[in-house]
Amino acid sequence: MIKAILIFNNHGKPRLSKFYEHYSEDTEQQIIRETFHLVSKRDENVCNFLEGGMLIGGSENKLIYRHYATLYFVFCVDSSESELGILDLIQVFVETLDKCFENVCELDLIFHVDKVHNILAEMVMGGMVLETNMNEIIMQVDAQNKMEKSEFFPFFSLFADVYLSVYQAGQVDTGRHRRGARTRRIRRKEHESPRNAQEHQHWRHQHKSAKLTLLQIVAARWLPRPADVHQCLL
Amino acid sequence: MALKIVKGSIDRMFDKNLQDLVRGIRNHKEDEAKYISTCIDEIKQELKQDNIAVKANAVCKLTYLQMLGYDVSWAAFNIVEVMSSSKFTYKRIGYLAASQCFHESTDVIMLTTNQIRKDLSSPNQYDTGVALTGLSCFVTPDLARDLANDIMTLMSHTKPYIRKKAVLIMYKVFLKYPESLRPAFPRLKEKLEDPDPGVQSAAVNVICELARRNPKNYLSLAPLFFKLMTSSTNNWVLIKIIKLFGALTPLEPRLGKKLIEPLTNLIHSTSAMSLLYECVNTVIAVLISLSSGMPNHSASIQLCVQKLRILIEDSDQNLKYLGLLAMSKILKTHPKSVQSHKDLILQCLDDKDESIRLRALDLLYGMVSKKNLMEIVKKLMLHVDKAEGTTYRDELLTKIIDICSQSNYQYITNFEWYISILVELTRLEGTRHGHLIASQMLDVAIRVKAIREFAVAQMATLLDNAHLLTGNTQRNGICEVLYAAAWICGEFSEHLENPMQTLEAMLRPKVATLPGHIQAVYVQNAAKLFATVLRSQEGNTDRTAAQETSQLMIDRLPLFVQSANLEVQERASCILQLVKYIQKLQQKDVEVAEEVNALFAGELNPVAPKAQKKVPVPEGLDLDAWINEPPSESESEDEKPRTMFTREETKHSRPRHTEVDEKELAKRREVRKQEQASNPFYIKSSPSSQKVYQEAPGVDHIPVVQIDLSVPLKVPGLPMSDQYVKLEEERRQKDRADKKKKEKKKRKEKGGRRGKRDSGPESEEDITPAHMVDIVTEEMPENALPSDDDDKDPNDPHKALDIDLDRPLADSEKLPVRSHRSSEALKTMAEEVEVVAPQEAKKKGGKEKKEKKKDKEKDRKKSKEEKKKKKHKHDEGEEDLMGGQTEEPMVQSETTNDVVAPPPTTTAEVSDLDFWLSNAPVPSNSQEVAVTAVTAPAAAAAAAAAAAAAAAAAAAAVPPAASGSAPDSEPDEPKDAEVDESKSSKHKKKKQKKEKEEKDKKKKKKHHHHRHHSDGAGEESVQNGTVEEEEEPLPPMSNYCLLAENSYIKMVCDIQGNLQDGSQVVVSLIFENKCDSFLKAMEFNVLDSLNSRLQRPDGAGPHDGLTVPFQLPPGVSNEARFVFTVKSIVMPQKLKGTLAFIVKNEDSSTHEKLDFKLHFTCTSYLITTPCYSDAFAKLLESGDLKASSVKLEGIVMPFPHLLARICFHHHFSVVERIDSCASMYSRSIQGHHVCLLVKTADQTVSIDAKCDEPSLLSNVLDEIKLTFSQC
Repeated sequence: MIKAILIFNNHGKPRLSKFYEHYSEDTEQQIIRETFHLVSKRDENVCNFLEGGMLIGGSENKLIYRHYATLYFVFCVDSSESELGILDLIQVFVETLDKCFENVCELDLIFHVDKVHNILAEMVMGGMVLETNMNEIIMQVDAQNKMEKSEFFPFFSLFADVYLSVYQAGQVDTGRHRRGARTRRIRRKEHESPRNAQEHQHWRHQHKSAKLTLLQIVAARWLPRPADVHQCLL
Repeated sequence: MALKIVKGSIDRMFDKNLQDLVRGIRNHKEDEAKYISTCIDEIKQELKQDNIAVKANAVCKLTYLQMLGYDVSWAAFNIVEVMSSSKFTYKRIGYLAASQCFHESTDVIMLTTNQIRKDLSSPNQYDTGVALTGLSCFVTPDLARDLANDIMTLMSHTKPYIRKKAVLIMYKVFLKYPESLRPAFPRLKEKLEDPDPGVQSAAVNVICELARRNPKNYLSLAPLFFKLMTSSTNNWVLIKIIKLFGALTPLEPRLGKKLIEPLTNLIHSTSAMSLLYECVNTVIAVLISLSSGMPNHSASIQLCVQKLRILIEDSDQNLKYLGLLAMSKILKTHPKSVQSHKDLILQCLDDKDESIRLRALDLLYGMVSKKNLMEIVKKLMLHVDKAEGTTYRDELLTKIIDICSQSNYQYITNFEWYISILVELTRLEGTRHGHLIASQMLDVAIRVKAIREFAVAQMATLLDNAHLLTGNTQRNGICEVLYAAAWICGEFSEHLENPMQTLEAMLRPKVATLPGHIQAVYVQNAAKLFATVLRSQEGNTDRTAAQETSQLMIDRLPLFVQSANLEVQERASCILQLVKYIQKLQQKDVEVAEEVNALFAGELNPVAPKAQKKVPVPEGLDLDAWINEPPSESESEDEKPRTMFTREETKHSRPRHTEVDEKELAKRREVRKQEQASNPFYIKSSPSSQKVYQEAPGVDHIPVVQIDLSVPLKVPGLPMSDQYVKLEEERRQKDRADKKKKEKKKRKEKGGRRGKRDSGPESEEDITPAHMVDIVTEEMPENALPSDDDDKDPNDPHKALDIDLDRPLADSEKLPVRSHRSSEALKTMAEEVEVVAPQEAKKKGGKEKKEKKKDKEKDRKKSKEEKKKKKHKHDEGEEDLMGGQTEEPMVQSETTNDVVAPPPTTTAEVSDLDFWLSNAPVPSNSQEVAVTAVTAPAAAAAAAAAAAAAAAAAAAAVPPAASGSAPDSEPDEPKDAEVDESKSSKHKKKKQKKEKEEKDKKKKKKHHHHRHHSDGAGEESVQNGTVEEEEEPLPPMSNYCLLAENSYIKMVCDIQGNLQDGSQVVVSLIFENKCDSFLKAMEFNVLDSLNSRLQRPDGAGPHDGLTVPFQLPPGVSNEARFVFTVKSIVMPQKLKGTLAFIVKNEDSSTHEKLDFKLHFTCTSYLITTPCYSDAFAKLLESGDLKASSVKLEGIVMPFPHLLARICFHHHFSVVERIDSCASMYSRSIQGHHVCLLVKTADQTVSIDAKCDEPSLLSNVLDEIKLTFSQC
């Protein structure tokens, strides 16, 4: 069983927390802090398993984590899960996020926790692994998003057309950083007011051009023979 | 357009969405809390609006805030509102919020029951999916009970997406509502063979979780899992199954034997490290469970250790870590095999990764021997000095002590060395393990008599230098060793060289800063020392020395009398008065030393830690019975303060001198108590304010600047343990030289530097301990009970799931359907509502539940009714929310019957398992089995039968009557031989393994054939004993029939209908590599007909072949499954197909192909479906069925045997059997009923059959006829 899934950044700010057992809000924060404390003081090239999180379950549980650029992805699991399997699962999770968000970076997780939750829900349910096939996960997530869009949705899609036109008008000069920029801009647009969207976009670009997207960093980082580990899943 | 823009911006102004909230929080870094509180106010406003969109937006923001640690439980009701929105978008937001912040004590949860039920049955699969996901996070016992049935229905949903979620959530339901496990289990089991890999994996997941906690109930599933293990190619599923087997093997050693081979195959063939690792782990578990009796088990161990070594040597830290972890499991049972990798493990001790160092430390425990203990500990001591983090250092410390003290100090040859190690360890600052060192010191000093003198000397030095240890007491746990030091010096004071000096050291004013319990020991042992000193001084002629000593005591003891600690105070004042009395006597020139010494006379014996517990209660003694009338409350309170003392007294201080001065002491105590009572200024605490400061809670966090001493603290005068290592080395060499003068030269080479390495057990024996050590064993009470305490957590939720799953279902166990709305219940509800207030109702519900658990079996029905009632009480609220829905009269209570699967048969399953474990060879043995098939195709069926017996057992298709029955005698000789042959091949296999030589197959077979004819009979009877209580076993049968073969490959197949989908047939094919080359790139293709077609993945053309998902090394077989879609099932079908593959030798590779014909018989469309006799009768009466009949002549086999054959080959189940007449039933995948009435008389069998599809029936009958004509 997976007891909890935590994502936090290099400073310990939670980006997503999913507990499969109930804890009070205070305890949850404490767990996040403790976990961050344990994980953050470890070197980059030490093993990805950690015992000793005292708050969740104690000695029977293990923390399995991966560090991507600015984010830590931590799974707290008990002895029934395969350690290497969970490492793969984290990789699948991040790759799925990357596909869903197009070059995912921390900002996507900051502003779209709900979407990350929805993606996670297709992978892990109630603490048990539901699906490990990335294509299947993405298919289900997309289908649900499509359904969402087809419904009347005053916050996001109702005024999408209007924003799009306004936004594009304002962006003609600035938004040309990359080839995929336009499609991304449209995606952003659904939920950002034009001014902020521009700001955000700019920031995003800075990050992206600085190669701070999670997966790019991962590719650069020393990784335990990804091909081998991957065989487990793909 | 413009209007829209305006409206949009107005919308935005009012509603801050999630992104705005996040941005806002990021922009208010300084006053985040303030900003969020204004946001929460806004959210509260938004939640008051009627617009569901606004509410959803607010709830979405709340979910985010919840993650940041804000309590949002106040919005629970609004979350429920959003959940019940008809729009998927909002529903999803609602369920997400609920899953994040609902839990069992959220009271609005009970309002959600109906909403969830509605969503579960929604036509939109994503509504259902979202509800299931949400429910998995907040399911409560009530929800589980009410929804179990709905979820169970979803397990057979047409969409695999829903099926897999429903299967997974069942685990949560079982946890919360254990009663649902038994009724749901058959269906769950069914899902193990679901065509969708996701569903299959979910089912495996759930059963593995269940089985991990209560493995014995799931043993009967072993054959099924075994089949999955050998056939599945999904690594996730494999890992889970292999882990499950790891949990099952300790319960059934035979299972382990069966597993070893496929697991080692997997270890050899897999390239996925995760799978390899789990296989190794399970092999280890198997080997642990098999204490002995495995011929080739050292080979398996070697394989594991070898693979683990590869892992440990890998540069990937993760693999290194896991390798060490698994290694430590082997260590417990096979320390020898691990010891050979000592070099590697010591190397890991120097790893930069702390986790890896810790794992390596675990392993060290088993690495030590008498020979290398000192060396290893020396190395660890070096690490202790280097270690920075306290956790790692503490871990090292405990490991050193563990290693040294293991199995009663077995490996310690020189206790002086050990004591000095312990003393060196006291130099650690800030360790938490002071008490551990202390207890070791005490233990060694008490139990090893020879060492006492040395120990006392060391302890005296420690006491002398106590100031070094007590630097800052509140942080330093190390001062605990002073407790031991003081006690040892006091108790064994006769060994002290200079007791006076030690006495002075113990009475220094600084002692008052030590923790209370240590002071108490100081005081007590100062008295002991005093006695010793007196004795030595009275021996002298100079009396003044003795008087001076008394004076010293009298001067120093008042310090302790003022102590805040009651224990210290009491002891000190007793002893003070005693010494004063002694002084008086001394002044009168009376010799007191003898009497004073009598206070502490007698030897202390070590008592085993569990001794107290193990004292058996004498017969007829009831410790719980009252001796007197129970005292009133007020009386018992008077007794309470006494418990305060027990904590300190538990350790080593014991009253040994009760008779001496008892009266006087008692009197004085009395006087003192009165004095204290009458003294208004007497408060508990002492004037020593410093002490109070130390003990006050919460001072821990006050930062104390730690003085960093670059030079390690060195207690002067203490011997360094290192010198013992050298001494020991010399001593050993000398010993050796003395002992074996002849072999002197040889020995010397081994000695010295290289001698440190473990050179085997022989030389181990040579090492004699430096001291003749008498390790006193711990005392145990007479006739102590040897039982070990079983301490299981009674609150473990999994305990409730310890349910026998093989017992047939009782009617009362069926899951409650929405019966609470039935008319009867409605009536009771109306009554209840009038009488009981909702809160009371809840309480009562809880009570009922408890009651229910108590006599689950007894009156389940009754309690079920009560439950229904209870359910109604909280439906009130629901009605508000859901409008009129609840009022709808739905009389569904009777629908339970068809949901609950019919009872599986216990005996059949148990014996199936036995059969599987004892008889059937491992399917992967089929390579061997096939040897027989080459020459005698007829034998193939029998041989394959043996291989597939597992499958047969797993399917549990054979009803008890059939599997239990057996023929009176084998029909003919050849058959007998075949059976023998298949057995012989099994033997042969083992032999082959052992000898590992390749012989001419034919020759060998003949040889074995011969041998078996000679002892066949004996062997058979033995096997019978293990299988059945009846006369003779059923000959092995299999549905796997030969499909095609050539010199490279053999294919056998089994065709089964798919229960889930009326138009699908699953073909299981076992491919077996018969040649010495590697077979790869196998492609399976079939020419589709109009009626039947192979299911190909999306995007593949209608003539594309399917790649077989594995490759075959020489001699290996593996199973793959292919799904076919069929339109009409009334006629048998034949499909032509080809298998193309590449044969790869070392130097060349060639393309080969093999043609085959797949024969879909009508039988393969039938599915074994149990049927009750009443339902059967109804079916026959209905008159919808067309009849047909057939007669079989010359059938010699016994009737039960005949039935078993029909059951097995044609997927029927026996409904009823009376003498020589039986009714049987089966169902086609498209729902046709097939009923048979089988009668036998004088070698003639007549079968009357009825079916709603005449052509199907006639084809089935033809096939039955064919089956019997063949035998």
